[in-house]
Amino acid sequence: MDPYQAGYSPVHHTDARVKVVFSVAFILTTALIPIGSWPMFVLLYAILFSLIILADVGVGRVLQRSILAVPFVLAALPLVFTTSGEQILILDLGLWRVTATSEGVEKFLSIGLKSWISIQAATLLIFTTQFPDILAALRALRVPRLLVAIFGLMWRYLFVLADEAIKLRRARAARSGDSGIRGMNKGGSVSWRAKIAGGMAGSLFIRSLDRSERIYVAMLSRGYDGEVRSIPLSRLKPSQWTILIFGLGILGIIMLISALFWG
Amino acid sequence: MHHSIEIEGLSFSYPDGQEALRDVSLAIQPGEKVALVGPNGAGKSTLLLNLNGILAGNGSITVCGLRVEKETLGRVRAMVGMVFQSPDDQLFSPRVFDDVAYGPLYQGLPLETVHERVSESLAAVSMSDYAQRVSHHLSMGEKKRIAIATVLSMNPEVLVLDEPTAGLDPRARRSLINLLDELPLTMIVSTHDMPLVKDLFARMVILDRGSVVADGATNELMDDIHLLEAHGLERPY
Amino acid sequence: MLLSVEALHIPDGFLSVLISAILWIVSIIVVVYSLRRVGQNLDERQLPLLGVLAAGIFAGQMLNFAVVGGTSGHLMGAALATILAGPWAAILIMTSVVSIQALIFQDGGLLVLGANIFNMGIIGVTVSYMAYRTGISLTGNSKRGILAAGFSAAWLSVFIVSLSVGIQLALSGTSPAYLAIPAMAGVHALIGVGEGLITIGALSFLLSTRPGLVQPEEGQSVSGMVVWLAGLLIALVLVILSPLASTRPDGLEWVAIEFGFMDKARDSLFQIIPGYELSGISAGPAATIAAGILGVVLILLASAVVMYSRRQRQISGK
Ligand SMILES: Nc1ncnc2c1ncn2[C@@H]1O[C@H](COP(=O)(O)OP(=O)(O)OP(=O)(O)O)[C@@H](O)[C@H]1O
Ligand SMILES: [Mg+2]
Repeated sequence: MDPYQAGYSPVHHTDARVKVVFSVAFILTTALIPIGSWPMFVLLYAILFSLIILADVGVGRVLQRSILAVPFVLAALPLVFTTSGEQILILDLGLWRVTATSEGVEKFLSIGLKSWISIQAATLLIFTTQFPDILAALRALRVPRLLVAIFGLMWRYLFVLADEAIKLRRARAARSGDSGIRGMNKGGSVSWRAKIAGGMAGSLFIRSLDRSERIYVAMLSRGYDGEVRSIPLSRLKPSQWTILIFGLGILGIIMLISALFWG
Repeated sequence: MHHSIEIEGLSFSYPDGQEALRDVSLAIQPGEKVALVGPNGAGKSTLLLNLNGILAGNGSITVCGLRVEKETLGRVRAMVGMVFQSPDDQLFSPRVFDDVAYGPLYQGLPLETVHERVSESLAAVSMSDYAQRVSHHLSMGEKKRIAIATVLSMNPEVLVLDEPTAGLDPRARRSLINLLDELPLTMIVSTHDMPLVKDLFARMVILDRGSVVADGATNELMDDIHLLEAHGLERPY
Repeated sequence: MLLSVEALHIPDGFLSVLISAILWIVSIIVVVYSLRRVGQNLDERQLPLLGVLAAGIFAGQMLNFAVVGGTSGHLMGAALATILAGPWAAILIMTSVVSIQALIFQDGGLLVLGANIFNMGIIGVTVSYMAYRTGISLTGNSKRGILAAGFSAAWLSVFIVSLSVGIQLALSGTSPAYLAIPAMAGVHALIGVGEGLITIGALSFLLSTRPGLVQPEEGQSVSGMVVWLAGLLIALVLVILSPLASTRPDGLEWVAIEFGFMDKARDSLFQIIPGYELSGISAGPAATIAAGILGVVLILLASAVVMYSRRQRQISGK
């Protein structure tokens, strides 16, 4: 379940703070470049794709994740027909008559591409950065300590509780003589099935509660006093600063060019 | 010379009225390694939680000459290193380093000392390479060792372990036993693992229904089959 | 696939930068305030409790059940978190869940994370709280009353959040209002039933095993009133706004155009530069081809570096 892919690439070795800031800036740039500025799309994706290759984490794996945004693309599909502009296609569906415009297609493709590129940037970040390092980066970016501590605990126990959820699901499947992959398809009304699933959610809640109590005791035993303390962060090395400034500079140039030519 | 742990007339009841400890008295010398045995529900875990003031019953507990009470909790918890049964509860930080550094950090030690303590205690459990690993990928045996490191880093006088060998495969169990044997600390260990008791502990305390029913040399008590049977224990071969 | 809660996690690219920014600001303010409230409680237990409950809600979302055909119902969890942990803690729990989903599983974008926190964390929780408290006070504190209130909180929270997502998509110009809003609302009116049923299941399980956990707080505090009012206001505004926006799309488009002022500002900034002729050239295929060539060079370079370092590792490995 942990998406991190261990490796020794330059991307892995870059400081998490640099990677987090660059990734967000990259996604922001992607969001800001104008609709239909194809050369900019090509450039941005080329940069990202080079980094994916450089990271050596498997292009296929990254692409696989990027499919996640596909269902949402449906929401943007109507733009093809509702945007006014040069008509390129008229579909006559009996009573229904829709016209696709080139502006609409441009808009739709741009949104789809933006989303597809952004999701790959986020994927590359999490594939090459261990989550504890991302937490440290969040701390460096002044996210409140308490929130970062909650994220940390959540991440630590995500795997433990997900395991318990899977066991609960398996137990249900075993009792119901079902494959267990899709939940229960045989027998029982919808509300009965929901009740079973709800019961599992309830028992998961109780397990979480009990576990948090035990963790609390373990924390107390090691001196926890209600305050969140953590090891101070090391300073960002000059080489990392250079990478960050260089990266942000490139994004800035892309933004500038796209504003000049397509603004 | 004071005792490492001195318990006098300790009784404890849970808020729901369940009486878990009845007039328990026990003294443990510095450097002594004591096994705490008894059937399920005997009150072993409850007793251990009283040692560092997580639970507070009637009676008195003194740790290294310091009485366990509200004002001394901070120091007591640093002196009593408590290792819980489930390492998943003990290792609550995302990364091994942060977990081992947790105790020293909350003791308010300077950063350099914290780093020293972390590398010392990881070395003590032969896990030096694991500092940057994330806890959820570790095996049970590795987690147990790291869990011990998380309290060693506080430089405790007494090491308290609740069922340390539960859930370990034979090899991990053996290596944990060797580790416990080597650690030069006062130790009080609650366990159902009778061979472990026989191997490692010269002294054994039997607890049943909240009371100490026997306290003596392990090899003598182990020979008393009637005593063992009466309290749901088995003699190891 | 259509009937899944995924439709509430907006990916990057689907919201305009301005809307993302505004919702980031609102979310930050509310989350920081919630942190202060929870911190003020001075209960040291809160930290492990919130962290593990967030993990629990996340794990709970993995429990799905078949509804009809190939569709399945599962949990967003805002209502359950609100009922069991109270509104402020629930906002933090949902914020953590949504953030971790975005950061680790790319379920929802990063730039739009503020919007997703706003939708599922803030709207989901306040609306749940409002519906649950109202339900409880109408039906009394009986088991049936709690279950009914729980169902309505769960259903309403999912439904209102979906309206909010639809309106944000429409305002961003990503999807026409008269399609996005009714589609979101229609689908989620159904998904909400799944959420409601699963919430009832969880609550009745808890009522029979540990009833103490579901007992509502005594009396209404001032901050509870504020959350209740906020929930009511949000629900009312969205319920009233949505049909208006979807039947009179010109109204929403006007807002969208207003919201587009950032693009306009950028336009005027660069009007001094003779951009028109430039864009004439740039729109042609030549620029795209040039960018393509540059891109291929970059990619080849990266591949060369990887090959080289792989070879180096092999050599040093032997
Ligand atoms: N949190 C609690 N609330 C109420 N009663 C409890 C609680 N924890 C333990 N008890 C009860 O106190 C008694 C002693 O329990 P304890 O956990 O100390 O036993 P134990 O010797 O450690 O048992 P085991 O070998 O199973 O770990 C038992 O009867 C148990 O049911
Ligand atoms: Mg026990």
